[in-house]
Amino acid sequence: MSWIAQNLWLIPVLPLLAAGISALLKRPCRSLAAGLAIGSMGASFLLSCAALVATLGKHGAASRQVVNFDWFALGDTVVRLGWVLDPLTAAMVVMITFVGSLIFIFSVGYMAHDENFTRFFCFLSLFAAAMLGLIIANNLLLLFMCWELVGLASYLLIGFWFHKPSAAAAAKKAFITTRIGDVFFFLGIVWLYSETGTLLFYDAGRGCLEQDALAKMVAHTTLGGLAASSAIGLLLFCGAIGKSGQLPLHVWLPDAMEGPTPVSALIHAATMVAAGVFLVARVYPLMEMQQAGVSEPIPLTAVTWIGALTAIFGALVAVSQTDIKRILAYSTVSQLGYMMMGLGIGGVAVGMFHLLTHAFFKALLFLGSGSIIHGCHEEQDIRRMGGLKKFMPVTFATYAIGMMALSGVPLVFSGFWSKDEILHAAWHYGPSKIPFLLGLAGAFLTAFYMTRQMCFVFGGKYRGGHREAEKGSDGVMESGGTGHDQHHSAHSSDPHESPPVMTWPLILLAACAVLLVIVGTPVWPWLPHYLEGREVHFSFAALFNWDMLSLLLLSSAVVAIGIGLSWWFYGLLPAEKPDEQDPLEQQFPEQFAWSRGKFFVDELYAATFVKWNARLGELCHDLDRRVLDLLVSIVGWATTACAHVAKLCDEYVVNKLFDAGCGEVRRGAEAASELQGGQIHQYLRSIGLALVLFVFILAVGCNK
Amino acid sequence: MTPLSGYLLVSALLFCIGLAGALTRRNAIMVLIGIELMLNAANLNFIAFWRFSENPETMTGLMFAVFSIAIAAAEAAVGLALIITIYRHFRTANVDQVEDMKG
Repeated sequence: MSWIAQNLWLIPVLPLLAAGISALLKRPCRSLAAGLAIGSMGASFLLSCAALVATLGKHGAASRQVVNFDWFALGDTVVRLGWVLDPLTAAMVVMITFVGSLIFIFSVGYMAHDENFTRFFCFLSLFAAAMLGLIIANNLLLLFMCWELVGLASYLLIGFWFHKPSAAAAAKKAFITTRIGDVFFFLGIVWLYSETGTLLFYDAGRGCLEQDALAKMVAHTTLGGLAASSAIGLLLFCGAIGKSGQLPLHVWLPDAMEGPTPVSALIHAATMVAAGVFLVARVYPLMEMQQAGVSEPIPLTAVTWIGALTAIFGALVAVSQTDIKRILAYSTVSQLGYMMMGLGIGGVAVGMFHLLTHAFFKALLFLGSGSIIHGCHEEQDIRRMGGLKKFMPVTFATYAIGMMALSGVPLVFSGFWSKDEILHAAWHYGPSKIPFLLGLAGAFLTAFYMTRQMCFVFGGKYRGGHREAEKGSDGVMESGGTGHDQHHSAHSSDPHESPPVMTWPLILLAACAVLLVIVGTPVWPWLPHYLEGREVHFSFAALFNWDMLSLLLLSSAVVAIGIGLSWWFYGLLPAEKPDEQDPLEQQFPEQFAWSRGKFFVDELYAATFVKWNARLGELCHDLDRRVLDLLVSIVGWATTACAHVAKLCDEYVVNKLFDAGCGEVRRGAEAASELQGGQIHQYLRSIGLALVLFVFILAVGCNK
Repeated sequence: MTPLSGYLLVSALLFCIGLAGALTRRNAIMVLIGIELMLNAANLNFIAFWRFSENPETMTGLMFAVFSIAIAAAEAAVGLALIITIYRHFRTANVDQVEDMKG
């Protein structure tokens, strides 16, 4: 076993140490906190690279190295934890530490004027530690603990500007919504434990993802003819639905954009929301267990359909949004749907490949939007931007690369190939062609809304200047800056390019979004095959066959139509004023209203679940006040009455007795004190008298 | 040789004189003298009983008497010291007038 497999725990522990130390730092220690966070991430990145190297060149089961240890013993039961190093872990930790480091560096610039800079980096490090722990865990319990820790970190960071009511509400919403999924996830964990007696994934044949346990679970049929493995798989997937923002628990993810933009990039685009996808990939052996009498594995069917529906839903909503970050958020929802669909129909490699490429270009897009927001003085509405190509050339170039990667512009962008893998797998999906069609429609919409965003933000001329005066300095970031403020006053209304500390991460991420192509094309599909532990061969035949080429052409055509149509709508005649009506709205007012209203899912939930919950709360409150309080009052009165009786007893019985006893003792003592008169002769006389008495008794006694 | 009863008679006489002195005298010093007489009556008893015991060579009675005399000396010293202090305090040695120690 390699050194890195033995010491894999160092990867999450280094950021954890950084978080612990910076939690103790005082506010002014800004550079120390940032240095600690970035340094620990960098060190973790190096270790991750070592881990990646250790898994290279091995195939099949040999590529997995597991270290387990005893945590504690309860009677005869020993709870064991552990970590696992396999291609899945290695690829994820490398991605997270790399993207994480860049986002940390970006944050130094983005958060430069925030008072709570130190706290921010403490939370970021805590998040990174929990996320890395989640990835390396070889135990579902350990994974769940880290899962909840990333949820906590997400809560803290969404609510980082907690003095804004919307941010506090968003943090609460995110926490509660994901908790709903987590309840089912936890039920799944408990069930899994009761079925297999272990929560270790791999344990030399005894783990819950290994042959014996899986066979046992498939054989065990429970409610409704569902095999235990299917039921557990569905429960675990519920956790993934909550965390990865799938329908119907997606509502928290767009609201989570209230957090600082680097947080959105790291947590709500690249890593944490992908944790659900990762979870499905991690328990894939369980998910794909086929129960007798059903043609497809039930959990994977659920994954596929939820994923496909989420993909199209997210894309439909993203088309009409006006907040730059919300567009990206719904795009993330949509892309997570793609990943789920890829997992459901194509296997681990397809879904995870898209996850990894998406992490790079979505982090790039979010950081780009952060740079835009920073440059436009905290403006987030794309209708109030425009013409930024001129002001922010670096951001424009990198954002364009990210946009093209996300839209799936052919050949040189990684998103194209990973999305195509998914569509390719969907095309060959046996039971139904609907996921394929949904995916294709999603691809069209993705191209459409990204082009729309580009046109609004970078095309036309700048539309935001006049609002600068009224907006003033109520922005959150304006608290303590010096250089930034001077910059403002120099030409206050014009946007400006961000400092190098923010643009360099963009450039690196853009480079990655392109360079990942090398390892992911069908000609040399190194990354997908590596993830599945298969050997990879260089072959042009995989690309140049009719099946593959026709699909490539089809998706390229769809993307081209999407971009072209969007350009025709938005690019040819750029909007002149911020409050102009959207061209699409003029054409399809009704459908547009649905999309802009996010299909009113939030309103639906507010009218149903939230309202029911409030009703239930009121009912409980009434029950509490009317019934329980009455009972409590009765008990209280009874106690008071008892106390009165006890008081009377005390006063008239016990106290009297004691008083009488004490009086007697006192009188006795007074009488006795009379004897001590102070007269020595008195004492002597007593002694003499006593002596005579004793002698007399002695004399009488002796005579007997 | 004088019989034991002779010694005991003298001793009893001595004790009675001492007791009478201690009870009747008002002067603290005279009371102390009476007490000393009673003590010596007891010592005389010790010696007499020892001398007429079965094996006088063990010297037990003699030892008893020596200890008793030593204690009497110490007691006399303490008693005199007390009397002097009382005299300085009350300007009298009359025990009837000293009754501050009553309960």
